Amino acid sequence: MTISREEIYDKVRAVLVDALGVDEGDVTPQAVVRDDLGAESIDFLDISFRLEKAFGIKIGKGEMMPENVATDPNFVQNGKITPAGIAELKKRMPHSDFSVFEKDPTVENMSKLFTVDAIVNYIEGKLKTA
Amino acid sequence: MTNDKMRWIWIDKFTEFTPKTSATAIKNVSLAEEHLHDLYPAFPIVPHSLIVEGMAQTAGILVGEARNFEEKVILAKVGRATFHRLVRPGETIAYSAKIEQLNESGASIAGTVTSGSDLVAEISLMFSHIDQNLAGLEFPEHNFVFTEQFTELLKTYRIESSVKI
Repeated sequence: MTISREEIYDKVRAVLVDALGVDEGDVTPQAVVRDDLGAESIDFLDISFRLEKAFGIKIGKGEMMPENVATDPNFVQNGKITPAGIAELKKRMPHSDFSVFEKDPTVENMSKLFTVDAIVNYIEGKLKTA
Repeated sequence: MTNDKMRWIWIDKFTEFTPKTSATAIKNVSLAEEHLHDLYPAFPIVPHSLIVEGMAQTAGILVGEARNFEEKVILAKVGRATFHRLVRPGETIAYSAKIEQLNESGASIAGTVTSGSDLVAEISLMFSHIDQNLAGLEFPEHNFVFTEQFTELLKTYRIESSVKI
């Protein structure tokens, strides 16, 4: 039985409500998990555990949000992600929308790549290949 | 007094320990413990926060042992703590922790606290292997989490269970 995008979205919303203590109404597709929902670094591990449980999947370290791009001098110059870095991020985060980030690709703005929609896309892709 | 020397231990002994899976530890609650008297005058109870700490110690040792105490295991989040009744002096409470998820970054735990046949609390915890998660921050080289106080508990359990066999 395949699970619809709406069902994935509902489960992702429930995970974020439980993990972050936010209201259901705050969890919109465009909501940025860190900036809009207030997730701190340790919350990402919690979210990852809860998604694994909710969908019966395994999420590898850095799979949803690559960890070492922002610290790699080849990909960062003067606080901005280089074109090579953006290409690397696009390769590793096909689930994210880069349109906002590309306008001002600072390291700080990398968090904008991780939206509720990005999580739903990631889970959808993961379930297809499972 | 350094942290290594400070006595901060809220479980008395392990009664079950299945590596990477589950552990149960007990705590005998005594009227002689000072902290029982601090919350309500003339009505000594175990503070809920210390029940959470007892579960964190039981589960933390379980999570630490799963990686041979090589990781610094830190309580990162209390996902849920529901209390069903108070615990009073003279009771023996049992902390049962089960590993739900464990990976290189950390672990999640589902725990129950019981006294006899009574359910005292349900507690879900998340632990982080901090060296794997807080990139850029430096922590002391030595494992400051698992001091002798904790590792001795497990040693005692292993000695006692091998003697029984």
